[in-house]
Amino acid sequence: MTTTHSGVPTATRATAVAARATDLTKVYGQGETQVVALDGVNVEFRQAEFTAIMGPSGSGKSTLMHCMAGLDTISRGSARIGETELTGLKDKKLTQLRRDKIGFIFQAFNLLPTLSALENITLPMDIAGRKPDKQWLDRVVETVGLAGRLKHRPSELSGGQQQRVAVARALASRPEIIFADEPTGNLDSRSGAEVLGFLRNSVRELGQTVVMVTHDPVAASYADRVVFLADGRIVDDMSAPTADKVLERMLRFSGGSPQTPGFDAKGRTS
Amino acid sequence: MFRTALRNVLAHKARLLMTVLAVLLGVAFVSGTLVFTSTVSDAFQRSSQKGFDDVDVAVTPVWSDSPSADPGRPARLSQGLLDRTAAVPGAARVTGDVSGFAAVAGKDGKLLGDGFSSQGHNYFPGKDGQDHRYPMRDGQAPTNPGEIALDAKTADRAGFHVGDTVRLSVDGPVRKEKLTGIFTTDDGNAAAGGSLTLFDTATAQKLYSAPGEFDQIQVKAAAGTSQAQLKDRIDAILPKDRAETTTGRKLADDQAKSIAESMSSMRTSLLVFAGIALFVGIFIIANTFTMLVAQRTKELALLRAVGASRRQVTRSVLIEAFLVGTVAAVAGLAAGVGIGAGMRSLMGSTGQSLPDGPLVVSPGTILTSLVVGIVVTMLAAWLPGRRAAKIPPVAAMNSVHATASTKSLVLRNTLGAIVSAAGAALVLLATGMGDGGKAPMGGGAALLLIGIFILTPLLSRPLIAAAAPVLRIFGISGKLARQNAVRNPRRTAATASALMIGLTLITGLTVIAGSAQKAVDKMATDSLKADYVVSMVNKGPLSPDVATELADNPKVTASSPMRNAPARVDGDIEYLTGVNGKDLGKLTQLDFTAGSLDGLSSDKVVVDGDTAKQHGWHVGSTLTTTYEDGKRGRLTVGGVYEGNELIKGILLDTATLAPHQKDASDMQVMVKTAGGPSEATQDALAKALGNNPAIAVQDKKDVSEGIAQMVTLMLNVLYGLLAMAVIVAVLGVVNTLAMSVFERSQEIGMLRAIGLDRRGIKRMVRLESLVISLFGGVLGIGLGVFFGWAGGRLIADSLATYEMVLPWGRIGIFLALAAVVGVLAALWPARRAARLNMLGAIKAE
Repeated sequence: MTTTHSGVPTATRATAVAARATDLTKVYGQGETQVVALDGVNVEFRQAEFTAIMGPSGSGKSTLMHCMAGLDTISRGSARIGETELTGLKDKKLTQLRRDKIGFIFQAFNLLPTLSALENITLPMDIAGRKPDKQWLDRVVETVGLAGRLKHRPSELSGGQQQRVAVARALASRPEIIFADEPTGNLDSRSGAEVLGFLRNSVRELGQTVVMVTHDPVAASYADRVVFLADGRIVDDMSAPTADKVLERMLRFSGGSPQTPGFDAKGRTS
Repeated sequence: MFRTALRNVLAHKARLLMTVLAVLLGVAFVSGTLVFTSTVSDAFQRSSQKGFDDVDVAVTPVWSDSPSADPGRPARLSQGLLDRTAAVPGAARVTGDVSGFAAVAGKDGKLLGDGFSSQGHNYFPGKDGQDHRYPMRDGQAPTNPGEIALDAKTADRAGFHVGDTVRLSVDGPVRKEKLTGIFTTDDGNAAAGGSLTLFDTATAQKLYSAPGEFDQIQVKAAAGTSQAQLKDRIDAILPKDRAETTTGRKLADDQAKSIAESMSSMRTSLLVFAGIALFVGIFIIANTFTMLVAQRTKELALLRAVGASRRQVTRSVLIEAFLVGTVAAVAGLAAGVGIGAGMRSLMGSTGQSLPDGPLVVSPGTILTSLVVGIVVTMLAAWLPGRRAAKIPPVAAMNSVHATASTKSLVLRNTLGAIVSAAGAALVLLATGMGDGGKAPMGGGAALLLIGIFILTPLLSRPLIAAAAPVLRIFGISGKLARQNAVRNPRRTAATASALMIGLTLITGLTVIAGSAQKAVDKMATDSLKADYVVSMVNKGPLSPDVATELADNPKVTASSPMRNAPARVDGDIEYLTGVNGKDLGKLTQLDFTAGSLDGLSSDKVVVDGDTAKQHGWHVGSTLTTTYEDGKRGRLTVGGVYEGNELIKGILLDTATLAPHQKDASDMQVMVKTAGGPSEATQDALAKALGNNPAIAVQDKKDVSEGIAQMVTLMLNVLYGLLAMAVIVAVLGVVNTLAMSVFERSQEIGMLRAIGLDRRGIKRMVRLESLVISLFGGVLGIGLGVFFGWAGGRLIADSLATYEMVLPWGRIGIFLALAAVVGVLAALWPARRAARLNMLGAIKAE
């Protein structure tokens, strides 16, 4: 079962696809040290949907995100953002694509310490040499609740605030899709919940498309849909997840071993 | 600890590369200088030793300075004295020597060799009819007037053969002499590119002294007689007030000492520049070690946590510096030996031929180079080492640590402000102190430089912010570059300071040299109305015949010699300058503060302001004068004028001097021609003087070009020496950028991820480099101009026409140079930054 197509009826959702992987394969190294990180993955991320990618460590979830976001090269198959095929794109075009169509939220090192919060938010547009849409920017800033802190430097903000700046940055340029890599990994549970709430709101209220890699079932429960990865293959696809359902699924895939990464305190107690 | 340090050095090879290079360059400069100077000094000493092989005792005249003696009568040794010396028991051979200037013309009529080392001597045949100093290679020694011999080097260079007619000049008039012999010689002047001409003794005496008089008597001892014995015996027969003796060994020692002294002053000045390069290197080393320590905070904290003491941590950093310093110093020493050898052959190929000798690498050179390299490195690493020791053990446990020291700059800025203010005040004070201001000015300049260096972190923000409008053109890359440049003010400051030091010196020197040149130029053009100045190529004494010849020339409308006449005026020895009182007003433009030039004849004199002030003279003062022939007279001051470098002193009419002078000589002759200066006129004058190789006919432009040439040459040498400091500074910029790129790799990865392309990243690094370099450049040029101004004030005291001229063109070039430094230094770090693996950069802890 190399491919597991989504069982969710597409008609009930927005039909347009924001990103799609077809037979996506990623191989690291050569010869004996060769590692197949992704093994013929087929997946679609629909517009205005919040998708979580889950899986144990080494399952290839981050690699999938990196390949889909044009951060890493693809060994075989194809990856598309909207109608744009990423394979074969030169670095320059790929960079432009990331700049104009993709938003990023990383686990850490999201912000430039020399720039103020506002400057960090408008950074992708500054790089492109575009003027930010003032109205939209105000709305984004208001949504993430940073209105009073725009002049602050990252070092003057808390970890949660920093991550909210990162969310605002990803939203500000209205990309076709936002990729978030463990966005709450460095945050306490309250700040994490805030950030996840903003991401969900951006999908519900602003119509943004978000793909988030996480190993936290609670974080995944904020998503509309969870895609499960194991050993470089998609092994399941769940709609309307809850933390319990996700945890249960995770336990099942990893053979019920309590050592499986993906467990955490919150998962177990709920 | 040693093993830890060694592992660390090996682990950070690439990052230590720039440090090693910086130390290496400095040490190479030092050892190159030492090897070169000791090699040359050794070679010269060998050759001078050989030159005194034939001299056991030298007899030289004593200059009498008793008040009763005639002023200016040169002391000489008579033939009688020579004969008596020859009769002393134990004297095997006695040689009388007469020497002076002799310019030889090549077949093209131009002067052969360098005018200042063109010598003429007498050929003094001994009992066997030979002069052992000058063995003839071809032909015969000169024995009659009209015959000469030339040294083989000069003869070969000019293509002269025995029997040729050679044109030469001793004090003005051209002489045509028959070349009867070509000899070989070890003479230092001939070896150094000059020419050596031999006359028969009678002719040489007529030319250089007086019939029967010698400048020096050299005595060779007979076998069995020691130098000291011979000296004592000769002393016994010599009139003490007219002659003295020196042994050959002492002469050789003295010459060796004077060579050693002149080499040592050359060595000192070269070492100063090496020191500057090393000093600049210190910034790079300190920067590198600061970064290495910051990177290893956790590691060092762990060492502390498991029980290493603070001293041990500091020591581990110092051991690391020691290892780096040793590698760099050894490599630098090897490079320096190469440089020393290269410099010698370079000097040889530019005609400055040096006596042959082996390359001297003394143990002192080796020791000095190694010690300098190691000490400088360890000194620069000392502060970072202390900082390492201050890392608390708990830092090992913390997942996050403060990387760079964010200690407030308040203390530093206060200190910097105080030192700068003190330095600036001292410099300003020194500008008003005249000649005594040199030392305070030097001290003040050093203080100010140090103060500004301490202040650079503070200065970096406003100065770099000033560049913002320009950087905005480059969009986000420019903005990030500007902010990155001020992110670590200490590091930026150290990097920029390294460049600042070199540029300060270069700019200061350029300002002073350019202004001085302008001043001398102005003097030549302002105070001189003459069309031409005629003088000897070596600025030596010129025969009065030349002045007469020129005065009689139909093209000449006015002319005046400047004739030297030593005299005793009001009890002091003073030089009177004889001029043509009738024409002087047409040839010079002198500003009179009192009286005038009118009627400068008989007992009238005019005096420059300084001399007048010194003696308390004013218009109408009477000067009691003793002329060189011992006769007395009275002179009356008719005017006081503003003196300058070209014309100063006591001026009077030559006619007043004439009865008292037997052998007059002129410094120069000023000439005004009908129709003004033109090439034809210049040629006509030169022709009228017989196309004399020894005489230069120069118009004002030639005079100023001559000055310009000297200044340019000097500046180029200094530029070359300071280039080393600039190269080291470039290494510093490379180093800093490489560190920044390394430290910010995660940021760069993030920027790449959110859409900044490789070009944008490269541009960001390049602009940062440019900003830092230009910051250093602007600081250096600013300080240099200030020092140039201040130094100029000191010069202005002795050079009336001095006025600061800012060489805008040069300043522009220096600024461009700083920009080029920035661009070049960024090449490699920018490439590295652009090639960073995005994912690796983001994912790294």
